[in-house]
Amino acid sequence: MPVALYRIDDRLIHGQVVVGWGQPLGLGFIVLIDDVVAESEWEQELYRLGVPPGIEVYFVSTADAAREIARYTGDRRTGMVLTGSVETMLELARTAVRPVTAVNVGGIHHREDRTQKLRYVFLNGAEEQALRDMAELGVVVTAQDVPSATAHSLEVMLRGCST
Amino acid sequence: MDPDVAPRAIVAGHGALPAGLVSAVEQITGRGNVLVPFSNAGLGREDIESGMRELIATHAVDVIFTDLPGGSATLAARRVQRDTPGLALVTGVGLASLIDFVFCATEMSATEAAEHAADKGRAAIVAVVA
Repeated sequence: MPVALYRIDDRLIHGQVVVGWGQPLGLGFIVLIDDVVAESEWEQELYRLGVPPGIEVYFVSTADAAREIARYTGDRRTGMVLTGSVETMLELARTAVRPVTAVNVGGIHHREDRTQKLRYVFLNGAEEQALRDMAELGVVVTAQDVPSATAHSLEVMLRGCST
Repeated sequence: MDPDVAPRAIVAGHGALPAGLVSAVEQITGRGNVLVPFSNAGLGREDIESGMRELIATHAVDVIFTDLPGGSATLAARRVQRDTPGLALVTGVGLASLIDFVFCATEMSATEAAEHAADKGRAAIVAVVA
């Protein structure tokens, strides 16, 4: 089964990921691409605590992501690939052996250098450009925090709206 | 609000839940000011953690209640706990836990009051099947 969802979420593994998406998708595994977490047993244990027993979590560094993801795309379980940043997802989209066809922007929160686009999406100039670059690669980029919410196109996301 | 009680705990979680829980505790006990609500709404990982640290520094609280055991508020609280000796964390917070806590907080240590509140919360969950 291919990876069901490629998601950008700066909270990484949390309620929306495990419950909001995890339950309706019937997730069997999550691949978390984050260099800090990949280096820290303590952080990995912390994120594992938040995941129900039926979901396995794999921690991968950005450098290893393209190679590692290829292993999981053949997995029979339903999976999610999760990054904390737009840049990391763009890197994966550029280098993945199997093409990333769609990316879900699930949560990029307030920071001083960012401008609010949606209730749960704040972007700086470099992040906006990275999302456009992703789209140029043929990736369908949408913003949607939970499955029941409206999925906004990249154009709507970058223009900004109140929902 | 009871003017003789000081904040002892943060109630952290999703959306309006923390403020709603504290409001309910105030309505029932008049001791809502034992608790400081903190919502993760619109905040990234770093801001949730720094927000908690700020509240701990401001109010000198030594207990954090969170809603989902694997939620972002709980993960942030675990990080804060790592370098804050004596800080207790109770996950899966509900009204029963908090009501117990606001009465125990002045008589027990943070750890004892947190454990007592968690026990009360567990005991309050009952499935009634007709």
